[in-house]
Amino acid sequence: MNGEANTIRGDAAAPAPITSDLRLSVNKDVHPITVDTRETLLDTLRERLDLTGSKKGCDHGQCGACTVLVDGRRVKSCLTLTVTVDDREITTIEGLAGGDSPHPLQEAFIEYDAFQCGYCTPGQLCSAVGMLAEAQDGWPSAVSEGDGPVVLDEEEIRERMSGNLCRCGAYPNIVEAIRRVAP
Amino acid sequence: MRPFGYQRAASTRAAVEAVGAGDGAVFLGGGTNLVDLMRLGVATPHTLVDVTRIAPATIEETAGGGLLVGGGVRNGELAAHPLVRRRYPVLSQAVLAGASGQIRNMATVGGNLLQRTRCSYFQDVTKPCNKRQPGSGCPAREGDHRNLAIIGHSESCVATQPSDMAVALAALGATVHVEGPGGPRAVPMPGLHRLPGDQPQRDTVLGPGDLITAVELPPLPLAARSRYRKVRDRASFSFAVVSVAAALEVAGGVVRDCRIALGAVAHVPWRAETAEAALRGAEATEAEFTRAAELELAGARPLPGNAYKVPLARNLLVRVLTDLAEAP
Ligand SMILES: Cc1cc2nc3c(=O)[nH]c(=O)nc-3n(C[C@H](O)[C@H](O)[C@H](O)COP(=O)(O)OP(=O)(O)OC[C@H]3O[C@@H](n4cnc5c(N)ncnc54)[C@H](O)[C@@H]3O)c2cc1C
Ligand code: SF4
Ligand code: FES
Ligand code: FES
Repeated sequence: MNGEANTIRGDAAAPAPITSDLRLSVNKDVHPITVDTRETLLDTLRERLDLTGSKKGCDHGQCGACTVLVDGRRVKSCLTLTVTVDDREITTIEGLAGGDSPHPLQEAFIEYDAFQCGYCTPGQLCSAVGMLAEAQDGWPSAVSEGDGPVVLDEEEIRERMSGNLCRCGAYPNIVEAIRRVAP
Repeated sequence: MRPFGYQRAASTRAAVEAVGAGDGAVFLGGGTNLVDLMRLGVATPHTLVDVTRIAPATIEETAGGGLLVGGGVRNGELAAHPLVRRRYPVLSQAVLAGASGQIRNMATVGGNLLQRTRCSYFQDVTKPCNKRQPGSGCPAREGDHRNLAIIGHSESCVATQPSDMAVALAALGATVHVEGPGGPRAVPMPGLHRLPGDQPQRDTVLGPGDLITAVELPPLPLAARSRYRKVRDRASFSFAVVSVAAALEVAGGVVRDCRIALGAVAHVPWRAETAEAALRGAEATEAEFTRAAELELAGARPLPGNAYKVPLARNLLVRVLTDLAEAP
């Protein structure tokens, strides 16, 4: 972000949008882009960068369909203003695979049939990637006991993935797929 | 959403001055509450002053054996910090009991403390609400108040303070460090949040431009034996219906010292000083824990739709204290 947002003066009754010129780094590509300060990262990704993998379920932080990674940590892109992340590295579902080979979690989701309609799946996958990194860093969850290394059993995975809802109720297979990839 | 400007403050002073001018600029932390309230039309700032690059994001030991937690520390980092887990398990557990992994990665310590009530009328701009629009009335009293306050509320507002973290900080007697237009000051917990009285629009004692720079956890050996327990409508990712933060020190079957706070029962994290006083020197038995809990809740004034919270709070407190007394 280059200092203050640009102010565009318009008619006094309806306040004019305020924009900002950014360079946004998404899946290692840098996108020069002018955004309205009100734009959320989810809308920028979907409507401006044509990265429509991230989904809008609730737009209030409650469902997890919009989950992406910012500097490797999972966040909700529907509550992230785009202007706040121009100096961060953003990874979306489109950036998880390495070239032509899917991410191991993507393979596991297919193998264990971890979705039905698929709407929540990109968010589930990005969240699971972030969750595995947190566990790797020794982060506890509400159901962890003691301070030993994290063991990702079913209870732990369910608790750690509770920010991602699935209307189709594919939870048992989602948990199973993640368990197969967890160390 | 109304258009707004966005700035990244270069220093604490600059941030305080930008917001302290009182012309519609507000601080932005992780945005998990503020952005949502802006989308709902409840908050209409004209400028966001992003403090996530300047509010310290470090956790440091203090001279006496306490910890200084920067106001910009993300909730997930706080809960995972080894010294927080060892010295103040109640705090780590309270943070982990709140929201979801994604939200905890975004939410800051300062923003968490100042998150606003989840009262559904407050969030709905088509409804009256004294907190959102002073003098417009409080529909919750006659309407949906199933999860609102049972103690310390007023005619004008029966909302609850929703932060889990704040309940643990109230029990621990943490100090909130604030940098304001008049300089730095320290606000003891509980004491940051205020009862609604006839000014429910004011959640806390802070004013415009008061920036939370850090939260200081006092040296408190008994906190090594502490825990947080939360009752909610579903097993995870849900706000509290009632919660308890407690630390207990027992010697020879007698309570030597304790710290207790209740969550989701009031407009503030409710420090249970009456119960604490009743327990110091008492036998560490379920009967005594029940007596103390009942004394604390004697002042409860539930509404018709939330009377269930009184026995729930009592039973939860007794259960937490019993577990702490029995823990190896
Ligand atoms: C779906 C969902 C579920 C949730 N569940 C829970 C739950 O179970 N338990 C729980 O405790 N919380 C829960 N939360 C709330 C969440 O914890 C808060 O939204 C979060 O802690 C706010 O922190 P933030 O940094 O994002 O604050 P922001 O949204 O950025 O700011 C909140 C307020 O604090 C002010 N502010 C921010 N930083 C500072 C500072 N340093 N100094 C002074 N003022 C500042 C802002 O101006 C604003 O008024 C939930 C939220 C969502 C969306
Ligand atoms: S309880 Fe408070 S926040 Fe809720 S409607 Fe009444 S005044 Fe508003
Ligand atoms: S769309 Fe972001 S959490 Fe639902
Ligand atoms: S697969 Fe349909 S919502 Fe999860």
